[in-house]
Amino acid sequence: MNGNIIAINFPFIVVALLLALGFYTIGFKRNLIKVVIGVEILESAVNLFLIALGYVKGGYAPIYTLAPKKAVGNMVLPTPQALTLTSIVIGVAVSALMLAFAVNIYRHYGTLDVTRIRRLRG
Amino acid sequence: MTTTIIKTTTRILASLILVFGAYIILHGHLTPGGGFQGGAVFASGLALLIVACEDEIVKKRFEKVPLSPLESIGALGFLGTALLGLMGYTFFKNVIANSGFIFGGKTPIGINPGYLNTGGTLAYMNIFVGMKVLAGLTSIVLIFFLLLGGKKDEW
Amino acid sequence: MRKALGLFAFLGFTLFLLAATMSLRPFGAPPHTEMDHYFITHAQEQASANNVVTSIVFDYRGFDTLGEATVLFTAVAGVLMVLRRKEVSS
Repeated sequence: MNGNIIAINFPFIVVALLLALGFYTIGFKRNLIKVVIGVEILESAVNLFLIALGYVKGGYAPIYTLAPKKAVGNMVLPTPQALTLTSIVIGVAVSALMLAFAVNIYRHYGTLDVTRIRRLRG
Repeated sequence: MTTTIIKTTTRILASLILVFGAYIILHGHLTPGGGFQGGAVFASGLALLIVACEDEIVKKRFEKVPLSPLESIGALGFLGTALLGLMGYTFFKNVIANSGFIFGGKTPIGINPGYLNTGGTLAYMNIFVGMKVLAGLTSIVLIFFLLLGGKKDEW
Repeated sequence: MRKALGLFAFLGFTLFLLAATMSLRPFGAPPHTEMDHYFITHAQEQASANNVVTSIVFDYRGFDTLGEATVLFTAVAGVLMVLRRKEVSS
């Protein structure tokens, strides 16, 4: 029974591992670029979770163009896909903003180490 | 970092990527894709054009490209298309659908081969949002490249 | 010492996540599907598009897209502002 649940819920386990990896990267890495990469991993974990929540077993893509006959009434949920689309674009914009701030921090302090950029410098 | 391999690959691939992005934007209401995805594909093609060239060529080439007006036109066009619904209905109401205007053809119900002349306001919103996304992402790539590209001594 | 404590907390958090996945609903059987079935069956006559995802993004949930476009615009403006060529300072 336990192995069965692991086999069925495998996408959620992947989501959990990705979340753990992202939190590890944010919490234990010192380089700001690596922190940004951790945030990106967290984002992809959340996107994967949303998509996996909307999956219906044996469903087809919610598009009527040249769909097979069986697809009518047997489609995956479209709302999580729409929300994930929103989330992806916002993620790209936010990561660009974070990288721009990292560049500015490097210009100002000469380092990307988060433990060494605490003091003020004019 | 520009080599002959990158330049030749860009010369072959860039136009194909741009056409594919435009296709995804235009067919957003029929096939998988839409304004955001097509705009991202289009912006990746423009990013290839940016990365594969030297600093001066990129500056000269992208001086004439109206990225900031494109972004403003995209945002305002999206709002204006949404405001069209206020003609007797609510905000974001699809008034062009089944009205006989451009993109306003009759939509068959059920599985169909997909006709481009349907969709109503969705097609217009796809085009405007694609314009906005491609302008935004391209300007991000462009400013990262121009400011951090070759000149190490500046900062 | 602090790093060991952090690692301990991180391991506990990971175990909590893995235990949570075990008690989640099975993959492929979403709990509430009434709204999505309404979208799937009515998208073609109401929003006039074959692509149900596009009709949700631009028609049913248009305000989401409006806010997202605002976020994208703000982020691009922020990047352009932050990375401006510095002529005054340093």
